[in-house]
Amino acid sequence: MIPIPSTLAQWSHYIAACLFALGLFGFLIRKNGIVVLMCIELMLNALNLFLVEVSMRSSHPEGIIFVIFIITVAAAEAAVGLGIILNLYRLKGSVHVDLFKSLKG
Amino acid sequence: MQVVLFGLILIPLLGAILNGLVLRSKHTRVAGGIATACSAACFLLALSLSLNYFETGTPLSAALPWMSAGPFVLNWGLRFDALTLVMTLVITGIGTLIHLFSIGYMDEEKSPYRYFAYLNLFLSAMLLLVLGDSLPVLFVGWEGVGLCSYLLIGYWYEDIDKANAGMKAFVMNRIGDAAFLLGVFICYQQFKSVTFTEMAHLTATSNSLSVWWLEMAALCLFVGATGKSAQIPLFTWLPDAMAGPTPVSALIHAATMVTAGIYLVARTAFLFQVSPDVSQWMAYTGAFTALFAATIALVQKDIKKILAYSTVSQLGLMFVALGVGAYSAALFHVMTHAFFKALLFLAAGAIIHGLHGEQDIFKMGGLRKHFPLTFLFSSIAVAAICGLPPFSGFFSKDAILFAALASPTGDVLLWGVASLASLLTAFYMTRFYLLIFFGDYRGEAHPHEGSALLWIPLAVLAVGSAFAGLVGMPHGLHMLPDYFGQLLSPVLPAWQETHAFLGEIGAMSVAVAVAALGIGTAFVIYRKGTGTGEKLARAFSPLYKLLLGKWYIDELYELTIVLPFKALCRFSSRIIDRAIDVTVLFPARLARVGGTALSLVQVGAVQVHLWIMVLGGLVLLWWALRGLVV
Repeated sequence: MIPIPSTLAQWSHYIAACLFALGLFGFLIRKNGIVVLMCIELMLNALNLFLVEVSMRSSHPEGIIFVIFIITVAAAEAAVGLGIILNLYRLKGSVHVDLFKSLKG
Repeated sequence: MQVVLFGLILIPLLGAILNGLVLRSKHTRVAGGIATACSAACFLLALSLSLNYFETGTPLSAALPWMSAGPFVLNWGLRFDALTLVMTLVITGIGTLIHLFSIGYMDEEKSPYRYFAYLNLFLSAMLLLVLGDSLPVLFVGWEGVGLCSYLLIGYWYEDIDKANAGMKAFVMNRIGDAAFLLGVFICYQQFKSVTFTEMAHLTATSNSLSVWWLEMAALCLFVGATGKSAQIPLFTWLPDAMAGPTPVSALIHAATMVTAGIYLVARTAFLFQVSPDVSQWMAYTGAFTALFAATIALVQKDIKKILAYSTVSQLGLMFVALGVGAYSAALFHVMTHAFFKALLFLAAGAIIHGLHGEQDIFKMGGLRKHFPLTFLFSSIAVAAICGLPPFSGFFSKDAILFAALASPTGDVLLWGVASLASLLTAFYMTRFYLLIFFGDYRGEAHPHEGSALLWIPLAVLAVGSAFAGLVGMPHGLHMLPDYFGQLLSPVLPAWQETHAFLGEIGAMSVAVAVAALGIGTAFVIYRKGTGTGEKLARAFSPLYKLLLGKWYIDELYELTIVLPFKALCRFSSRIIDRAIDVTVLFPARLARVGGTALSLVQVGAVQVHLWIMVLGGLVLLWWALRGLVV
């Protein structure tokens, strides 16, 4: 196993937390559907980073295996999500998320 | 050979299906021809079965599986014995004649196929009733004839009064049917069997049966019989049933269906033999029904109403015979009554048809000139019902009256009431006869004799009315043996003659004298038209009104049963139904209100949902970690 620089190893979970907070923030307040999707990707990758760090520190490979899975699922999710966004655009000519309220109870 | 028994039921059923569902012909002759052919085929089949019975003397039986549940097994079992033989011949023979008559009578109908389909369906159900070898099979036929009766009374259903008359007949019969069913249940509970032969065998041999329960069963079956055979207190439907076409009144409401109650009691005679109290009740109910109906018939003006009350009265006499144990006398009167009452009804039908629907005998008179054939045949029927020798009614009525007097369970009161009913019968039938056929014509319609289709059945029935009595000659006359009693002796228990103050010949003489007295009185009053009768009606005005109003029994029932029942229904629909509705609808309303409230959460905006999701996730996170962080 390649030893990683200790500074990065110490700080990468802070980086991951910052990335996750950024993603969550954008996820909640951005109105462009594509950006919302990108924020989801950001959160996923923050998590990936965290998993890699924990895996490295504890010398257990499970975290890295999880990352592979998450990347796969994220790819599928992005494909579906973009497909939905594309159709929404065809429907209304815009991807502004506040335009889509037809599921109101 | 046994399978042929099912043919008796299936042939008219096929006729009904062919007429009512397949062809639906608007031509009376086509529909009527099919129906009459089926009926006649049935009659020939019944005749050949009867000849076979006369040769071999053994009853035929056949069965198809119906249902089984554990130890309870029930078959579509049919049995053709002497009692069934008599009933089957009467039903199919008179039924065929009435089918034939109907072709002439219903010639201006829009939907004759409906009429003839019902008529054939009736035959099928009635034959099932008399052929069934167990109470449930009999009950199927019993309900079937009730249904056909309802359908045919309300045949002209556009007229609300006629439709209501059908409803009344159906509902009143339900009361009797409920009792009948209870009787069947009690029989099964006691005997663990419902076939007649097994029940009769067990009654005779087993000593583990409760006599009290057997009496209850007999009582329930008797109440069922009062419904179908129009006895007090369930008789008011029969006069209203005259709303149906006249041939129907002849077939169903005079000759066959209403005698189903008599048949039922005769068939379950083994129960009534061990229930002397119920038999006693039956005899008195019959006697008072006979008298009561006869008093009403004295003053009625509608030609069919007179005959209807007369039918109720004659059925009452049959119950007297059953009550005193003279079962074969009752069946004998069923047979002769079927002939002369069917003849009277068909004659009335021919007259109504010839007068274009007129039914008031006060608007008839002198019709012997216009209806010579009908007049001739009616004379025979009237003589028969009045009990003049040697016409059929004389022998059967005499057998009943003598049994009422001389049977161990009979007494002078029964005999006196029955004789009084016979006196009144002779009176009102003579009045009927004189007002219709003698004097001057008092109506407006142009009378004319009907076609051959109308009078040929009358002629055949007239022969029966005149001579049918000869098969059941009383022993006392020493002329011919009592063929009828001998035929039925394997099936029906006989009664032992006890010493009465009159012998058979004496009772017979009294019966003839009574008939002559009734006829003579009516002759004196109605010889010169309606004048004297109207004077008498004015002189005894309250009594006349009471009788004309049929003792106000319908009004009494209306007041004591129908109105309270309607009030109960209103109470139930307004209060109880409301309470039930509120109780049942409360959960439904709760669910709806809850759903509406919760649907507010679904705002539809994507990001609001995202916020809720994230905050919810945070709450969960806090919940999961609360122990660690503190």
